[in-house]
Amino acid sequence: MTSLRNTALGLAMGIASASVAAADGHTELTIAIVNNGHMINMQKVAEAYTADTGVALNWVSLEEGVLREQVTSDTATGGGQYDIINIGMQEAPIWGAAGWIEPLEFGAEYDVDDMLPAMRNGLSHEGTLYAAPFYGESSMVMYRKDLTEAAGVTIADNDSWDNVKAAAAAMHDPDNGVYGACLRGKPGWGDNMAFVTTVVNSFGGAWFDADMRPALESDEWKAAINFYVDLLGNYGPPGSEGNSFNEILALYNEDKCGMWIDATIAASFLENDNVAYAQSPNAGNPVGANWLWAWAMAVPTGSPNSEAAHDFIEWATSKAYIQAVGNHPDFGWGSVPTGTRASTYAIPEFQAVAKFAAAEMAAIESAAPAATDIKPYVGVQFAAIPEFPEVGSAVAQEIAAALSGAKSVDEALAASQAAADAIMSEAGYY
Amino acid sequence: MATVSQNSKLGNVLWPALAWIIALVFFFPIFWLVFTSFKTDADAVKPEFLFFFTPTLENYTNMTQNYDYWRFATNSVITSSFATLFALVVGVPAAYAMAFNPSRHTKDILMWMLSTKMLPAAAVLYPMTFLTKNMLGIYDTHFLVILVLCLINLPIVVWMLFTYFKEIPKEIIEAGKMDGVSTWGEIKDILIPLAWGGIASTALLTFIFCWNEAYWTVRLTTIDAATLSTLIEGNRAPEGLFFGRLAAVSTAAVAPIVILGWFCQKQLVAGLTFGAVK
Repeated sequence: MTSLRNTALGLAMGIASASVAAADGHTELTIAIVNNGHMINMQKVAEAYTADTGVALNWVSLEEGVLREQVTSDTATGGGQYDIINIGMQEAPIWGAAGWIEPLEFGAEYDVDDMLPAMRNGLSHEGTLYAAPFYGESSMVMYRKDLTEAAGVTIADNDSWDNVKAAAAAMHDPDNGVYGACLRGKPGWGDNMAFVTTVVNSFGGAWFDADMRPALESDEWKAAINFYVDLLGNYGPPGSEGNSFNEILALYNEDKCGMWIDATIAASFLENDNVAYAQSPNAGNPVGANWLWAWAMAVPTGSPNSEAAHDFIEWATSKAYIQAVGNHPDFGWGSVPTGTRASTYAIPEFQAVAKFAAAEMAAIESAAPAATDIKPYVGVQFAAIPEFPEVGSAVAQEIAAALSGAKSVDEALAASQAAADAIMSEAGYY
Repeated sequence: MATVSQNSKLGNVLWPALAWIIALVFFFPIFWLVFTSFKTDADAVKPEFLFFFTPTLENYTNMTQNYDYWRFATNSVITSSFATLFALVVGVPAAYAMAFNPSRHTKDILMWMLSTKMLPAAAVLYPMTFLTKNMLGIYDTHFLVILVLCLINLPIVVWMLFTYFKEIPKEIIEAGKMDGVSTWGEIKDILIPLAWGGIASTALLTFIFCWNEAYWTVRLTTIDAATLSTLIEGNRAPEGLFFGRLAAVSTAAVAPIVILGWFCQKQLVAGLTFGAVK
């Protein structure tokens, strides 16, 4: 009996002692990241940072939703779990306003004015920067030049949706496995709704009216969703309601898509040499026809290593970091994070490998996240309010149902309106 | 007679065939997972590449180079093993007491224990985080993960052991008592040898539950005690699901438990059917 008790005690003490981290005086930063290719690369590039500064870096890769949940529960309990977190453009201004993340200020060498204005504004609240972008994107049209030429059609920058639809129809050849337009259909606020919202914006619609009441049964929404369902239903690949970025990328690289309208980052993964680019189409309203997104780094309030965390972010989002990735033997100029700094687009080595660079920069520069008379909220393909992911996810399911034919567009929008109304009403907007 | 014989022959073919079909249906997700893990992310979403593709170890190389698989795997082994051990250390005497010395509240206690499983985990996330991080300072430690895994599985352990122990004739235990065996002696020398199959299958199932637990292991750890569940969770990318990469991580995460289950299937089946045909 005594020996058993001693064994149990020994085991418990062993486990407890193994769990206590050694405090050796070195600064250690715990960085919560999303599983993004650029962040994975950063872990290798940052080995040099650790060697130079002695700051050890612990990387924690988390799924986007879990990361949000972790950070919010950490903040609610006083913080300290993470020193640096990845957040997107949807959260940055909200969390900054709530005091969950610290304002960022950098030295003159950082050249904050080099940051693309759209990114800087999107990650700020009332003029204060709360998160520094390490990668940014907009959306644009990518299409097969060989197919448009063979069909005798053109796609211009900021073309009309009618012309784009005509081009899709001309390229559509399902018997030979070529579909006129490949677009996102998989339900999710960051999946189909990212694209659908830009279509709605371009038709002059918005998620909410001036009183923040959902406006999903407006004429603009009806026209936009009917157009989307018609375009993708008639000239898209079968089963489009299951397609998002990855699925369409695979289809495009198999030469099965005449055109693809999606994130500018997609251009760097395209294998077909016949690709051409155009700025996003619209139906009379170019404002909000192309989205804007950034993954950024922020310091959560309560980090015990706030100063070191600021220093690391300053390095990881600097011009020097871009150079470090470009000159890294494992990566090169095709792997540098884009969409953050104007100076990146002026680097000759980058220009040589990134044929899409000019189109990407034009798309990012023209993205318009600010509130307007039409939409009373910040954000292009989302509304920068805490309730948006819930609203967007509910509506996404209905739009996918309309695309698959399970519901009519009117039925889907009526259900969307009811769901969004319930969420916004419960949140106390009206 | 001829009809009976024909029916019997038909049954000899039909039932095994049905069993094979059901087995294949259940096995398909595992097969698909392993198969997909040897595809590139691009091939993984192409239907025409379901069976014919050029296999690659790229996903496994990526997993070991970019993610510290062995650290996560070691943590899973440590936490699942100790949580299972401690759950049994507490569960065996508890089930013994309830099975052989029941009081009028035994059934209520058993129901109450089971009812704790009905509490939505999310409801206590904030108190758990506050308690373990701010008050006890044991956040992200093996000790915490073991404690939590042990406690959340304890009701199942007690219930399963109670069911097995109830199958053992009370007279055997009483005979031991008559011979002057102590309570600990009754458990060690009589109960455990008699119920070994049931204890083994309870241990195996508890280990599997601990290994697969994701909600708490993801949310109560950061670096030091993060398990394979965290590794899988972290491979869900914002650009969508990269099936090849995710399949490799999932295969590597479930492989140890599948192999363990394979080797222990006799004990598992014996334990699960203990007393079923009595």
